Amino acid sequence: MKVLVAVKRVIDANVKVRVKADGTGVETANVKMAMNPFCEIAVEEAIRMKEAGKATEIVAVSCGGASAQETIRTALAMGADRGIHVQTDVELQPLAVAKLLKAVAAKEQPQIVLLGKQAVDDDCNQTGQMLAGLLGWPQATFASKIVPNGSDATVTREVDAGLETISLKLPAVMTTDLRLNEPRYASLPNIMKAKKKPIEALTPDALGVDVAPRLKTLKVAEPPKRKSGIKVKSVAELVDKLRNEAKVI
Amino acid sequence: MATLLIAEHDNTALKAGTLHALTAAQKVGGEIHLLVAGSGCKAAADAGAKLPGVAKVLLCDDAAYAHGLAENVAALLVKLAPSYSHVLAPVTSVTKSAMPRAAALLDVAQISEIIGVESPDTFVRTTYAGNAITTVQSSDKIKFITVRGTGFDAAPAEGGSAAVESIGGAGDTGLSNFVGQELSRSERPELTSARIVISGGRGMQAGENFKMLEKVADKLKAAVGASRAAVDAGFVPNEYQVGQTGKIVAPDLYVAIGISGAIQHLAGMKDSKIIVAINKDEEAPIFQVADYGLVADLFTAVPELEAELSK
Repeated sequence: MKVLVAVKRVIDANVKVRVKADGTGVETANVKMAMNPFCEIAVEEAIRMKEAGKATEIVAVSCGGASAQETIRTALAMGADRGIHVQTDVELQPLAVAKLLKAVAAKEQPQIVLLGKQAVDDDCNQTGQMLAGLLGWPQATFASKIVPNGSDATVTREVDAGLETISLKLPAVMTTDLRLNEPRYASLPNIMKAKKKPIEALTPDALGVDVAPRLKTLKVAEPPKRKSGIKVKSVAELVDKLRNEAKVI
Repeated sequence: MATLLIAEHDNTALKAGTLHALTAAQKVGGEIHLLVAGSGCKAAADAGAKLPGVAKVLLCDDAAYAHGLAENVAALLVKLAPSYSHVLAPVTSVTKSAMPRAAALLDVAQISEIIGVESPDTFVRTTYAGNAITTVQSSDKIKFITVRGTGFDAAPAEGGSAAVESIGGAGDTGLSNFVGQELSRSERPELTSARIVISGGRGMQAGENFKMLEKVADKLKAAVGASRAAVDAGFVPNEYQVGQTGKIVAPDLYVAIGISGAIQHLAGMKDSKIIVAINKDEEAPIFQVADYGLVADLFTAVPELEAELSK
């Protein structure tokens, strides 16, 4: 069984993002970049499927500028077998990425496509669902447990009120939630080995996909700042303030 | 121009998300039709008919929608959406799954979790865990939009008298099957609609210590939440998580106990009216957003708080 894992390069989740003064976006120059945390979970899950003898090959795919290759290398260092880089400098929105991944899936014929549920830059939470729709495949979003079983898979999902379990026919698209697994760190020997693993270069044109953005960003602004409040000295003072000053209890 | 608004409901009643999304739909303008899709959901449709501002309720009562399977719900949206200029839905685990799938099948973008409506084609949403507020304009023929409840006041639930029209579904796609569910049972209010939320973080040290918070929550009729760190550590289930990738809340009072205030947690609660933080580390970033901060060991402060609230 082949597993395709999509990975996205984003500003490191621990970096305090700054909005550009001209309101066109956020500052990305000299900012630490990393693989989107939910994509790391997706890569890890694919590797665990391979270690369990369920998956035979893991292909990591990323769409974006030249630097997306570094993110593919990270996936290869974690344990993916080979990479695909769909290179473009156009700003990619989820629908465009889903169309590119559909074209890659048509080429690769995976049984499972794994994606993170959400990228921590645009916070869209769309790409996996869009891809599943375009392929006409079943989908399991927000997975916290995936059990592939021949031509089916059973997936436990994190839903609003708890957990839900569904079964899907393969091929299917799955998106990862936080508790699916804890991603491993790539070891130094594996980082060295990853440098020799192949990355195929593709372009949206070669895949026949129009990636023009559908949404135009008019403005990016800083959120309103909260005024910092006061420190109280005791629980009694806190309760008094909540009752008599804020009047919220 | 007309909007299809997707109701969040439990088959018998509407949930608060529907009322917040209705306000967003009213800001867009145009006629509003409310879709109540479910199984045995006539009572929810009747409740929808009472919403002022709703012109018509579309009741789609079909076993295919009993569990909100994304493939089936998306197929229904694909069938209905072409008659509308806008499709709006409150953010729930069902709409998060089904809306983008339907949007892609109609070859339109989705605008996720809006917090503002500037005009019928221009919307405001947050990115980078709420560290940037982004205004986007859509040129698509149908605007697919999910609505973050905290961005819009709840519309009144009574006063209207719309007609309820039964419609046929789009069938069962058979792509996935519901196997079972384990839902948290709680007498407390739901996190996203509670007036008061009390959350614990890594500082709670163990899941059993959340009992202390539950006692305070019961006194305040509050919901109990948690930071991602507490969920990651296995103290509480994922549905407790408040933050960028968990639930977004904006209650009248948010009490953060043993929570340091990581960016991704602040993204889920910083629009709360009053924020209280109790943490023994006086440098914790949570104090920068707290209206009332108490530097104290939570293991003494929380029982004290419970006792003080009983007075």
